[in-house]
Amino acid sequence: MSVYQRPVHLLWWLERRAYVLFVLRELSSVFVAWFVVFLLLLVNAVSDGTASYQRFLDWSGQWWVVAINVVAMLFVLLHVVTWFGLAPRAMAIKVRGRRVPAQQIVAAHYLAWLVLSAAVAWLVLR
Amino acid sequence: MATEITLEVARYRPGVDSEPVMQSYQVPLREHWAILDGLTYVKDHLDGTLSFRWSCRMGICGSCGMTVNGEPQLSCATFLTDYAPGPIRVEPLHNFPVVRDLVVDIDDFMTKLPKVKPWVVREVQSPVEEGEYLQTPEELDEYQQFSMCINCMLCYSACPVYSLEPDFLGPAAIALAQRYNLDSRDEGADERRDVLSSPEGVWACTFVGECSAVCPKGVDPAGAIQRYKLTAATQSIKELLMPRISRRLNSRSQG
Amino acid sequence: MNHRRSSPEPLLWMLFSSGGMVAALMVPILLFLFGIAFPVGLLSAPSHAHLYAVLHNPLTRLVLFGLCALALFHWAHRFRYTLYDGLQLKRYAVPIVVLCYGGAVVGCVIAAGLLLTV
Repeated sequence: MSVYQRPVHLLWWLERRAYVLFVLRELSSVFVAWFVVFLLLLVNAVSDGTASYQRFLDWSGQWWVVAINVVAMLFVLLHVVTWFGLAPRAMAIKVRGRRVPAQQIVAAHYLAWLVLSAAVAWLVLR
Repeated sequence: MATEITLEVARYRPGVDSEPVMQSYQVPLREHWAILDGLTYVKDHLDGTLSFRWSCRMGICGSCGMTVNGEPQLSCATFLTDYAPGPIRVEPLHNFPVVRDLVVDIDDFMTKLPKVKPWVVREVQSPVEEGEYLQTPEELDEYQQFSMCINCMLCYSACPVYSLEPDFLGPAAIALAQRYNLDSRDEGADERRDVLSSPEGVWACTFVGECSAVCPKGVDPAGAIQRYKLTAATQSIKELLMPRISRRLNSRSQG
Repeated sequence: MNHRRSSPEPLLWMLFSSGGMVAALMVPILLFLFGIAFPVGLLSAPSHAHLYAVLHNPLTRLVLFGLCALALFHWAHRFRYTLYDGLQLKRYAVPIVVLCYGGAVVGCVIAAGLLLTV
């Protein structure tokens, strides 16, 4: 029997908006990896001494480094929103035999995020 | 309001066409008509050669899944007026071989489904005289959502992983496995694990989430898959850390 | 008995999802401070002495190592599947796996080296 198989286009994810969003979400990981590189450069500069740290600050102030970091920030925020948004579907948490509602799980994630961010900011800016 | 709407229907005649050809039909635009009613009108009055599947006309049999304007839909639950002034593009479900016109071959799913043992598995079957296996409403609540699946295949049609990776077990099969894994009367989770935790099982899924978005019955297959990943990964790591103890525990229960 | 016991997927997924969680919680603030706020002068950058002191604390270094390692495995796993599905490169699975997880392992070694010698 001859059947018709619809071919899959190379850029199949352009077919639907949800797929585009999905691919952007997955690409956020590239910027997470970039952040690790950036952080390790900072650590290296700080451990090498004052002059090296100043050179890092100058380098990170260049327009193209700032541009990369702004784009990276947008992707990382997409990661945060999608990750926290999907979290309650991956975990079924129960407290005293009752299922915790999804919104509360999401809220707990954002709360932890705020607290940790504040702690990091305090540690760095103190 | 216009009295007619155009249906652009994908026609594929095996042995004649090498790929589907779009054919347009004018059908009455009635307020209570679903896409399926439009297709039935075409078949009865305009073109008797048009082939499509349907049965209940009320969103429970899962036979009439089609791609309507690019979105997987039950054609009996999707109304013409929502697409006015049209035209409405009606194609067979994506990701399945097309047998003819709007009819697809879902044999692949039918072979995969029994592999996850979608029934209550008991180590020892107790005789009927001993009575039913009792269950509280809370225990029912654990899996009820996943039992609403009607095997309509919209989730497979929306799943890009399934289109790229035909061996992938797929959303409905995994959600149905979870429907039994989470059932308090079931003891088959360990047997299902070989299939579910294989590379073609849950690990191929990248949580695109469209399976859940298109499900007409509000099942969340994507959620079921992620929950199972967490369960399976936790178990694997426990086994890695303390092989003997966890194997004994596993044989009892899991979800 | 079967292949599942030896499959690395559960472990890789666990690293991926822990990494995703850690990255979501920690990366935005650090990236905002050091990548945007200090470079554009929104906030004044901390002195070298202060950062050196913070970085010298073993706890800071442990946390940063955990963040780097998990975030890299998060990238490795996600990027592997993005290449498989997004660009349909599954036929090159072996080099992709080597690139992704190998890259993550190399990154972890570099991170450990840098953080230990602060």
